[in-house]
Amino acid sequence: MANIWIARDYAACSGCKRCEIACSMKHEGWIWPEASRIRVFMPFPGLEVPHLCAQCSDYPCIGSCPTKALSVDPATKAVLVDREKCISCGACVRACPGNVPIMHPGDNKATICNLCNGDPECVKVCKEAGYNALMLVDEGPSVNRKLFSRHPVEVAKELAVYFFGEKGEEVI
Amino acid sequence: MPGGYAGKFLDVDLTKERVKEVSFDDKTLWQYFGGRGLAAKILWDRVGKKWENLDPYAPESPLIVLTGPMTGIYPGGRICVSGKSPVSMGTVGSTASTEFAHELRCAGYDGVIFTGKAEKPVYFLVTNDGGEIMPAEHLWGKVGEETIKMLNREVGEEMKKRKPNVGIWREPGMVYIGPAGENMVRNSGVMSKICHAAGYGGYGALMGSKKLKAVVAKGRGKMPAPDAPEAAKLLWKKAHQILIANSEMRRYGTGYLGYTVGADLSSEPIKNWQTEWHDEKSYAGPRFEQYWVKKKWADFNCTTNCMKVSCIKNGRWKGDITDLPDYELQAYCGTNLGLFEPVDNIHMSALIDNLGHSGINGPNTMGFAAELYQRKILTKKDIGFELNWGDVEAFTKLAWMIAKREGIGDVLAEGSYRAAIKIAEMKGKKPEELLKYVVHVKGIEIGAHGTRSDMDYVHDASYAGNVQGGDHTSTIGDGYSDMSDAIFADSGVFCDFCRTNRELEFDFAKAVTGFPITVESWRKETGPRIVTLQRALLMLGGPDLKWEPVKDDDNPPRFYEPLPEGPYKGKTTDKKRVDQKLMAYFETLGWDERGIPTKETLKRLDIADLEPYMKKMRA
Repeated sequence: MANIWIARDYAACSGCKRCEIACSMKHEGWIWPEASRIRVFMPFPGLEVPHLCAQCSDYPCIGSCPTKALSVDPATKAVLVDREKCISCGACVRACPGNVPIMHPGDNKATICNLCNGDPECVKVCKEAGYNALMLVDEGPSVNRKLFSRHPVEVAKELAVYFFGEKGEEVI
Repeated sequence: MPGGYAGKFLDVDLTKERVKEVSFDDKTLWQYFGGRGLAAKILWDRVGKKWENLDPYAPESPLIVLTGPMTGIYPGGRICVSGKSPVSMGTVGSTASTEFAHELRCAGYDGVIFTGKAEKPVYFLVTNDGGEIMPAEHLWGKVGEETIKMLNREVGEEMKKRKPNVGIWREPGMVYIGPAGENMVRNSGVMSKICHAAGYGGYGALMGSKKLKAVVAKGRGKMPAPDAPEAAKLLWKKAHQILIANSEMRRYGTGYLGYTVGADLSSEPIKNWQTEWHDEKSYAGPRFEQYWVKKKWADFNCTTNCMKVSCIKNGRWKGDITDLPDYELQAYCGTNLGLFEPVDNIHMSALIDNLGHSGINGPNTMGFAAELYQRKILTKKDIGFELNWGDVEAFTKLAWMIAKREGIGDVLAEGSYRAAIKIAEMKGKKPEELLKYVVHVKGIEIGAHGTRSDMDYVHDASYAGNVQGGDHTSTIGDGYSDMSDAIFADSGVFCDFCRTNRELEFDFAKAVTGFPITVESWRKETGPRIVTLQRALLMLGGPDLKWEPVKDDDNPPRFYEPLPEGPYKGKTTDKKRVDQKLMAYFETLGWDERGIPTKETLKRLDIADLEPYMKKMRA
């Protein structure tokens, strides 16, 4: 599983947010949508955008961290956070092309998807429900990868035009 | 404290601009659970002996917005809106699916209780730091889509300003009113997500009377902790497995019923219920499906995904967006107005929702008006234009006129029942002459399922005995048992379309709350307590109208007219069976033969403080 990542099909996402529930149940012990490593944005009803780390090959977040709190998991290539070293400065959020990392609403430390050590819960529940908006894929780095790490509103604006035509240009 | 509750409620006085936190003791939560039940209890405690004289629009009249202990944990999160209903003068637990519900709970609150009246339009913002009254003059007059867009931007920017360094803020959850609610269209809804409505009860108007445009929540906290986390997690998984196996609902939602309920069951409202049968192939599911841009659309924690997203991309209604529409709006914003073109129905549904009409109730009144036009009781002079069945332009105009209370719209904005009385007065007729065309029970316009063919899930006494009048989600069928389920969903506050099975649901409730709750305890105590309290408040009614026991515990006259056509031609609702079932229902609940709760029943259910009022009613 050297090159796994979670690919996403925005148009297929129902907005059920079970991915957030499953993620937070695993990592936080209970439902906690804003602590989930995956968050589904909905800038306008019908436009649902799952937002999570896409493991860019150049890892701008890691480079930006002043305390070297971030590192790459050698097994999964996921970004790992050393919570002792994190000073909650938000540099990683700003460096990320999609502003994906969050400061955990509990301890205010940077929080990023760790791919559940290769078997992500969000993907499992999405697949179980037949949406397949999230898919675990094993493929090498590509220039397209950064298209999946973009601001959710930017993605939603494209989705709006795709779904609603001209009207889509004005809903967000 | 029991599990599943945040434990705090916000108590807001909009006149004095005061916000405080309140809580309810364990006994109250056990006895009334949440949502519909707890709202009725709060209302009775606060209003009490003033009930009959309380104008729902008076500043002191509470508007109650509640979740329940199941909300956001059990699949299908919803919000329950309640208060003294401006329509029935009783109470309705009116629910809508919305992310607002779990956002509120993650902000640390189970609900918000509003009293008073703001001087200028406001919205109420709830975060983990508490609740705040925010100016909303710039939002007043805006339709649903525009309100969502503006609040998403504005609240997003405000959150970012307050905490700039926590990563990107996700949009908040919200419920709001459209122009219809602002102008106190009596049967208007509290809206969410462009097409979701807490429709029954007229709480849009109640919210409008307080000049409250929206309630918005952004919560960053954990969902309230359950009493038994491992059991709750396991049951959550099981519940979803059942919902995921519900492939019919997931594939079609209710979006194919616009044809089949009429063609197969003969129970679909057509032209103000003059008939309930049609065989219009133009109205078949696939002709709606071609407008679906998203085929699986769900709310928080829901895998039923009964919704689809529809959009009209060209032609005169270009840019109209709604859900399927669902069956209720296919009927009420379609066949009941004589519209049999899917594109017209999508347009009408999108418009009605955007204006903040309740999609069942508002268009029921429009259909009523069109029948008066057909019968030449209302004329072109009264309305300003011709109002023929199937004229989509005319109904579009009428929907706006009602929302803005312009011309005849001002009269129709009072809802079907009161409009009939007003128009009768205008025309020098007796109220009965017009009330026979009003399809309602206790002032609440009936959902899109008729009883005459006896083929649908509703039967003879389903609406007649319903404490929420024409509300099709709370009907009585075989006595009390099925209504008890509705009260449970509305009080736990989750979606009817996420029902799994009783054992699982009650095990779930027990795992979440830690209460010794069972099917039995609900059937014998909690459910009857809630419905008995609702019945008492409904029959107390006032000030502008009061329902008469027995006489008003009945279907509207139209439901006793024989069906004029179709495979069930000639069939109609059996009045004798209605009476028999009502008696059985009253007896099951420990009410007397006129449906007044007995002294013993009130005592058994620990609502003996109602006795003086019921005693007066019994005399």
